Amino acid sequence: MTAKRKQLYNVVIYPDWCKGCGICAAFCPKKVLRIDHQGKARADREDECVNCGFCELHCPDFAIVVRPRNGLASSMSGPTPETADPPSAASGAASPLSAASQSPEPKRA
Amino acid sequence: MSAMQRKKRTEAFLLGNEAVAEGALLAGCTFFAGYPITPSTEIMEVMARRLPHVENGVFLQMEDEIASAGAIIGASLAGRKAMTATSGPGFSLMQEQIGYACMTETPLVIVNVMRGGSSTGLPTSPGQGDVQQARWGAHGDHPIIVFSASDVRECLEMAITAFNYAEKYRTPVILLLDEITAHTREKIEIPRPGEFEVLSRLLPTMPPEWYKPYEETVRGVPPMPPIGTGYRFHVTGLTHDPLGFPTSRPDEVKAVTERMFRKIDRFFHDIQIVDHDLTEDCDTLVIAYGSVARSARLAVRQAREAGVKAGLLSLKTLFPFPRPQVEKLLRTCKLVLVPEMNMGQISREVKRVNSGITTIRTLNRVDGQIITPSQILKEIA
Amino acid sequence: MAEVTQLIHQYLRHNKKFPLVFCPGCGIGIVLGSLVRSVHALDIPKDDMVVVAGIGCSGRIAAYVDFNTVHATHGRALTLATGIKMASPHLRVLTVMGDGDALSIGGNHLIHAARRNIGVTALVVNNFIYGMTGGQCSPTTPFGSYTHTSPQGQMEKSFDVVEMARAAGANGVYRGSVFHAKALDGLVQRAMSRPGFNLVEVMTPCFTQYGRGNRFRSPVEMFQWLKDTMTPREVYEKLEDKTGKLPMGVFVEHDEPGLEQRHAAMRQALADKGGAGS
Repeated sequence: MTAKRKQLYNVVIYPDWCKGCGICAAFCPKKVLRIDHQGKARADREDECVNCGFCELHCPDFAIVVRPRNGLASSMSGPTPETADPPSAASGAASPLSAASQSPEPKRA
Repeated sequence: MSAMQRKKRTEAFLLGNEAVAEGALLAGCTFFAGYPITPSTEIMEVMARRLPHVENGVFLQMEDEIASAGAIIGASLAGRKAMTATSGPGFSLMQEQIGYACMTETPLVIVNVMRGGSSTGLPTSPGQGDVQQARWGAHGDHPIIVFSASDVRECLEMAITAFNYAEKYRTPVILLLDEITAHTREKIEIPRPGEFEVLSRLLPTMPPEWYKPYEETVRGVPPMPPIGTGYRFHVTGLTHDPLGFPTSRPDEVKAVTERMFRKIDRFFHDIQIVDHDLTEDCDTLVIAYGSVARSARLAVRQAREAGVKAGLLSLKTLFPFPRPQVEKLLRTCKLVLVPEMNMGQISREVKRVNSGITTIRTLNRVDGQIITPSQILKEIA
Repeated sequence: MAEVTQLIHQYLRHNKKFPLVFCPGCGIGIVLGSLVRSVHALDIPKDDMVVVAGIGCSGRIAAYVDFNTVHATHGRALTLATGIKMASPHLRVLTVMGDGDALSIGGNHLIHAARRNIGVTALVVNNFIYGMTGGQCSPTTPFGSYTHTSPQGQMEKSFDVVEMARAAGANGVYRGSVFHAKALDGLVQRAMSRPGFNLVEVMTPCFTQYGRGNRFRSPVEMFQWLKDTMTPREVYEKLEDKTGKLPMGVFVEHDEPGLEQRHAAMRQALADKGGAGS
């Protein structure tokens, strides 16, 4: 229980609009995004997102939205942002939200 | 509306060019963009003097004829009655924009005062060499209306008519004058507002979300709101669907192209204006337009005096070519003469209509001189 | 950021086919986003906004936004915009042109629009190439670059849009890049909120046609190039070694009234003098 939790964000990608140019992944300061095997952007490390806005502003196809995660996530005692673990309990709890709007992908890297 | 409204009926001693400008102002023209070129410049000069006094009148001298045509398309999209005037070389430059105006169905009036010769040609001698260009100058299939005028009074009348038809049919209208008509000074009566018809484009009455800028309507002419009045739509020179967005679907492409033609075709009887002069009983017919029609008028009278049953069909509408009127006379005449100051551009149309009915004779003059009444008389008497 | 970027959906014509027609990694979508954010920030009603686009990739922007949009003929966007602005001065007119559109076929219109100081904002989307026709060299193709019509490298010098607009007398001249999107928003807003003719040159990558022929391996590399090359003007001027750098920011700002304002004043003066409609 940290007294001041980092605000978490959902990085939502519209797969139909994404053309996989890779600009978002290449310039993301926290390396949240990558291009998946389907050639679409994918937010792998959503919890790292600091909402700098680069991907949203620079996505030429308006395919990325970053929104503050709602109370659901912030009430969870998730891992601290620094832990490099790939999606854990916190993002798992939030996954109904984010997964619904993401492209279905059978396996997570 | 117009500054002329409060004026009494006046007589004026005007050049053909000046009469065109007067007519345009009477028809409600509030926007003129042009580029100086002899022999059309007087139209521009009158507009430059007069338009600042007209409510919201705008006169612009642009950097070239392409820009002039572009500016009046823009103004017309914004709801203005807009006009430009030019001569052969400038008219060639405008073709791209005329095609755009046809495709986007933007009302425009373009006056082309024809001079002789191709290219820079004969400034400033008369010619009528731009007739087929006026019809077919822009690339691709497109409908267009082409008018001509033979004297100063007609210049004024046809300028008004050109605006009316541009608005009524949502199409560019080209008014062809020749240098003689444009530079003849005559006394004419300037009509008072109310003495002639002034038409404006059809505005949409439906709410903006229902509006389709290129929808099929009964007349084939969809309503057209000015830009900035709540009807936000897309205007493009690409082949478009009824909503105005680019399309390459064969059914939509066919539909929009055919409607563009149909809106003109269906109203041939309204658009095709001709003047009959002694044609009721004639067996020798002269078909002429522009200043040649004027020479022909005298020649026909002289022929009558000499005992020839001559008549004159003076064409005010050149395109769509007044086929019904011409065809009817071809059937009753044994000789038809088409005098023109070109190598035979309207005679080509007459021959197409004729297809063996009667004898067509042409009289072509391309030396930069007018066709005189005696020349015509020699051919028919 | 979502509250800013998602605004675009209020301005897109959602009955249009998405995604945008542009190639992956094309910056024109970013220009479109910037344009919409600027209109929103300036609180311009959709009905008052007119976008006149030329022909080419950048011209396709017009169909996507829910303003009054005109897709003009090649190079003539500014002429139509001039007509619209003079006919209805209350409209906010913006033209979107590519480099070939604005500088080659429409070069004359550009310099005269600047000279005339017509109240139009011009976005010149400069991607160094004719993209839509398949990659031919344009007036801004850098010297020595390879394109389909300069297979041995471009032999001609390229235009400096900023210097040309300045010399032609534009009221405002700006240069931005799609990599610096936030700064671009600021420049476009500034250009749109000022009187007279304001030109914004927007550097944007064309990977498909330009990048592939010029040793860029991905759109990302082109964005990286923009990041490395584009330097704020203030910094650029202090640089010892300016090679490989291009300044961006505000270059010219005059406050002369636009042509439509001058016309209105002239008409007013006439009316005051002798009563309108003589």
